[in-house]
Amino acid sequence: MTDNIITYPLIVHLFFSIVLMFFWNKIKVQKILTIIGNFVALAVAVMVFIFTWKNGTHVVNAGNWEAPFGIVFVGDMLSATLILLTAIAGLSVSIFSVVSVINARLRFGFFSVYHFLLLGLNGAFLTGDIFNLYVWFEIIIISSFVLISIGGEKNQLEGAIKYFTLNFFGSLIFLTALGVIYGITGSLNMADIALKIRDIDSQVLIDISAVLFLTAFGIKSAVFPLNFWLPASYHTPPSAVSAIFAGLLTKVGVYAMIRMMTLIFPDDVFLSSLLILLSILTIISGSFGAIIQNNIRKVFSYLIICHIGFMIGGLGVLNVLALTGVIFYLIHDIVVKTNLFLIGGLIYRMKGTTNMKKIGSIYSQSPKLSLLMIVVMFSLVGVPPLSGFWPKISLFLSSYNTQNYWLLAALILGSFITLIAVAKIWSEAFWKNQPEFRLGKKRFIFFDELYTIQKWQFVTPIVILAFISLYIGLGAEHIQTLSVRIANELYNSQNYIDAVLKP
Amino acid sequence: MELLLAIMTGILYAAGTYMILRRSIVKLIIGVILLGNGVNLLIFLLGRITKGEPPIIPQDLKHFTDIYADPVPQALILTSIVISFGLQAFAIILVKRAYKVLKTDDLDMLNTKDEDS
Repeated sequence: MTDNIITYPLIVHLFFSIVLMFFWNKIKVQKILTIIGNFVALAVAVMVFIFTWKNGTHVVNAGNWEAPFGIVFVGDMLSATLILLTAIAGLSVSIFSVVSVINARLRFGFFSVYHFLLLGLNGAFLTGDIFNLYVWFEIIIISSFVLISIGGEKNQLEGAIKYFTLNFFGSLIFLTALGVIYGITGSLNMADIALKIRDIDSQVLIDISAVLFLTAFGIKSAVFPLNFWLPASYHTPPSAVSAIFAGLLTKVGVYAMIRMMTLIFPDDVFLSSLLILLSILTIISGSFGAIIQNNIRKVFSYLIICHIGFMIGGLGVLNVLALTGVIFYLIHDIVVKTNLFLIGGLIYRMKGTTNMKKIGSIYSQSPKLSLLMIVVMFSLVGVPPLSGFWPKISLFLSSYNTQNYWLLAALILGSFITLIAVAKIWSEAFWKNQPEFRLGKKRFIFFDELYTIQKWQFVTPIVILAFISLYIGLGAEHIQTLSVRIANELYNSQNYIDAVLKP
Repeated sequence: MELLLAIMTGILYAAGTYMILRRSIVKLIIGVILLGNGVNLLIFLLGRITKGEPPIIPQDLKHFTDIYADPVPQALILTSIVISFGLQAFAIILVKRAYKVLKTDDLDMLNTKDEDS
């Protein structure tokens, strides 16, 4: 029974997305089912995590085809951790979306597509076959296209077109890269490619495919010259949707880059220096974009870009210490970014807008909720001892040790400007007195007018994620142990290759 | 044959990229379709074209003795054709919907400032 355990998260989400289709018009049933489904997925994800923690890397050959020929699913520690985080974020966002997304949207199969999105994410984290990774990416993007355009408001459709074009273009570049790598190695299994690419004489061909992969994943994860679609589209859909996008979609790109860099192109000096350069530019463009915005959700969108730079930079340095920082930051970032967009949705529900110029005095009106929000925002900034602080030690130290002083400067600048952006939000939205502002919409139900149970549905996911952020910060030793283990697994990629190919 | 296909691939990539950079949304979709076909041809080309050698092992042998046509690229292309077909169908509907709501197919006009910015 335990042989196929790592594929269970996929089966759970596939099952629930199909079941949900049978209740197309019964929204109440869908709401209950999706929460049950996400609880089941969380339970399965915990099982997978514990299983992988005890037994190490586990490989499932789909259809029992031997490794280099068939599709493999590889559950190593990184995949298991990301599946657990996906389940946590998925559950929180599903609770939030039950109350925050209007029925007009839910009637078009919102939850079904939502489970498909989570299916795609889990699949991308698990697969060990590069073409299969492409297919999972396609599942992710087609679900995200539906989620981003469902509802069909004006600015939403504008965002959807930008998002669609860039992501589809990115997929085509990915496919090109895949074709090139198949042409030079004759294999699609990542472990097999990693072995065969060592025998390729022509460094130029390897670099071409590496840069193509970097472009493809760079578009997905919003790395500097390819990042402009993200702030143009992430603030348009409902907050629940942008929360799951912010928490997980860009991180899939980062995950794919981590896999490629550690497994297939580990000693590529050109690629490493390119990544470090891109990371510096990403941090600068993201952070400076964040401080000039007035819409809270746009500020958060730019901060996503800024913090993607942190991870890419650590990946460019590529030693165990830097990878530890990258993994820790990834764990912290998924939780905190999901939560930030949920908070954005809560502020929208409280005030009817997320424009900082038009809102104020949240702190005097609801001090408890403000306290909750500030914990999350300080976690993002990395005020010690909260969660953003610990990975930065590893990142700073590794960039200092390897004489990447420009990267170090960019990291410090990025952290500092994040602090400014958060301080700006705090003083504008929380401390400032409410300015004169009349809401244009007629039938808007404010947070105070909701039933108590609905209020709790809004606040519970934020509380859950805030507590996880606190745990990551205060229980940093556990997460650090986990990150060190993952980093060692990634750095010594021979173990992964042996586990897949079973020599 | 290889040269012809290489040139075709190049033309499709160039034309696709050019069309994506146009301002009209309809041309953008045509660009995406052309680029998709270019990618498929590229995979086909990189899988080494072999004529008239099906990948079937003769009954009295255990493995291939001669060179054979690689079946994997064709499977990849088939998958990617199906996927891009679905995405293109979605894109056309999205564009139609966007045209109805926004009353324009000019990408430069897609910059309405929403009230929250």
